[in-house]
Amino acid sequence: MRFVLSEEQRLFAGSLDKLLDQADTPSAIRAWSAGDHVPGRRVWTALAGAGVFALAVPEEHDGVGLLPVELVTALHELGRHAVPGPLVETVAAAALLTAVGDTAWLPRIAAGEALVSLATPDTLYALDADVADLVLLVRDGELHEAEPGRALRPSIDPSRRLFEVAPSRRLGKADATALDLAVLACAAQHLGLGRRLLDVSVDYAKTRNQFGHPIGEYQAVKHQLADALIGLEFARPLVHAAALAHGTADFRRDTSAAKIAAAESAYATAKTALQVHGAIGYTAEYDPSLWIRKARALHAAWSSPSAHRTRLMASLEGSPPPA
Amino acid sequence: MDLDFSPAHEAFRAEARDWLRAHVPAEPPPSLETEAGFAAHRAWERTLGADRYATVNWPSSFGGRDATPLEWLIFEEEYYAAGAPGRVSQNGVNLLAPTLLEHGTPEQLRRVLPPMARGEVIWAQAWSEPGAGSDLAALRSTAVRADGGWRLNGQKTWSSRAAFADRAFGLFRSDPGSERHRGLTYLMFPLDAPGVTVRPIGRLDGKPAFAELFLDDVFVPDEDVIGDPGNGWKVAMSTAGNERGLTLRSPGRYTAAAGRLLDLWRERGDPSDTALRDRVADAWLKARAYRLKGFETISRSDDIGAESSLNKVFWSEFDIALHETALDLLGPDGELDGDWLEGYVFSLAGPVYAGTNEVQRNVIAERVLGLPRGAR
Repeated sequence: MRFVLSEEQRLFAGSLDKLLDQADTPSAIRAWSAGDHVPGRRVWTALAGAGVFALAVPEEHDGVGLLPVELVTALHELGRHAVPGPLVETVAAAALLTAVGDTAWLPRIAAGEALVSLATPDTLYALDADVADLVLLVRDGELHEAEPGRALRPSIDPSRRLFEVAPSRRLGKADATALDLAVLACAAQHLGLGRRLLDVSVDYAKTRNQFGHPIGEYQAVKHQLADALIGLEFARPLVHAAALAHGTADFRRDTSAAKIAAAESAYATAKTALQVHGAIGYTAEYDPSLWIRKARALHAAWSSPSAHRTRLMASLEGSPPPA
Repeated sequence: MDLDFSPAHEAFRAEARDWLRAHVPAEPPPSLETEAGFAAHRAWERTLGADRYATVNWPSSFGGRDATPLEWLIFEEEYYAAGAPGRVSQNGVNLLAPTLLEHGTPEQLRRVLPPMARGEVIWAQAWSEPGAGSDLAALRSTAVRADGGWRLNGQKTWSSRAAFADRAFGLFRSDPGSERHRGLTYLMFPLDAPGVTVRPIGRLDGKPAFAELFLDDVFVPDEDVIGDPGNGWKVAMSTAGNERGLTLRSPGRYTAAAGRLLDLWRERGDPSDTALRDRVADAWLKARAYRLKGFETISRSDDIGAESSLNKVFWSEFDIALHETALDLLGPDGELDGDWLEGYVFSLAGPVYAGTNEVQRNVIAERVLGLPRGAR
């Protein structure tokens, strides 16, 4: 029993963080939101070079996976930097396509050349379907290739470009575990986003002076930030445990637990970040707004915490009471 | 990264489970905050101690089982899953013993620890004073040099278990000119020593869970000073760290409580009451988060330091929420005397003792997040 990331996993996270620090993601996010996907796709290519998408693709198709712990580690860093694009969807698509034996796309996914969008009854809309190389749709338990509509549905997070889709070709059964993997990937991404919002808020509270003192000296501010940390710190083990449960009967239950805790702590942190930053946090031109807006969108993406509580209790009630 | 228990750990778990199954009283004893309940819990500590299960993580030379932190977590899971009685020895085992193991002399360890492990001596804490609660460094009780030891004077309060315990430990101002954290000495003293008056205090439900201690020229020999005289604050802070970390409230306690809550929901829950159902789900989720956090903590190679304050805020607030959910589930029966109500009343004190949650949040903000100290 050793429930912490290995040295190798920590180094991997650190290398992604460094890569993304240098990638100027805020500019890529703003361009993406305006329909210019070139800087964003450059980030995707760099991430593929670091091995991120290969984590979701089996070895025989040019991947190294599926490696759930490494995947959530990567998604956490991608969330920290608010990388734009259908990250969760592409990861889930790799698992869905693997499950139906439709493997032609897998090497391209591993190489970062294929962005895949995915709509399900839970997500309703296909994220970034306008730039996606492949659009998938899950309906009534079946996996379809799909055609996106042309009308962009504006999201609170403009870097999430949503489209309605219609099925065009049936591919096979939709693998339920792959959809649960999307839930987990979204939780990891959200948690990373929350952690970044806490970090920038702490930095801001140390330097912003009011009434002659840094606002971070005031207990009313301190306690909000402490609560944000508590929420995030107790969500992380649930995300890691869910990754370890991949391939077991507990995976569905554990992904719901991870999603509830990650979404609620990250979203609460976003609101704290907004409050701590004051008026400047409420402006579009200030970078934290990119994270704050995404934190709201991800709260309900891949089902809200409320829906996941229903799912979680169904799992718990279905299990026999302890002897 | 894994959550797998080795065959040796599974064997340790099975052995503990078997022992508990054979020894846990079928009929739970009365509340440990009553005289009769205290006596029954004291007897239970002796049963535990006889088979070295009172202090599994201590060295075997002092009556423990040399259990690793993971084995201790496993034992605690089995302990609470078995519905075993609350630990009346907790102040000694979880607060004093870690301090002694870090700062005590070999003689003190040999003299104090084995009777504690056997359940023969039950300890109370004596930290707070009427003018020194969260601000413990404001304490004014004194220790004055005497021939071969010290004379204690002053008043301690909110002293948990002191109504029926045998001995107590606490901080005293030994340097009369000193202020705040300096000039304090950490001492142990018998509660039946000449000059000690114990006045039990009824907690919220009237049970004498704590007491005031009046100290009038109480003699304490030098051998009952822990660490160097005048260095008591530093010595005490190692105890405070233990109190806020995992040891005071082990994850197994909440895992078991959440399991019982789930059973209660299955028995009495109204499926259409989704708001209450969601609170049951949250209790399960938080118990699991705390359990996993415990595994994370013991897997780390570094000292968690001030991060222990995260645990204290988390379990104390979660404990109340869990019990409130149970009482709401019980409906009209929720206000009646019983295990859930006892647990609820106990939980209400959580955000106050062991350093209030306001103080903990300051610690988190300043020492974990690095925010500036400053005017309170």
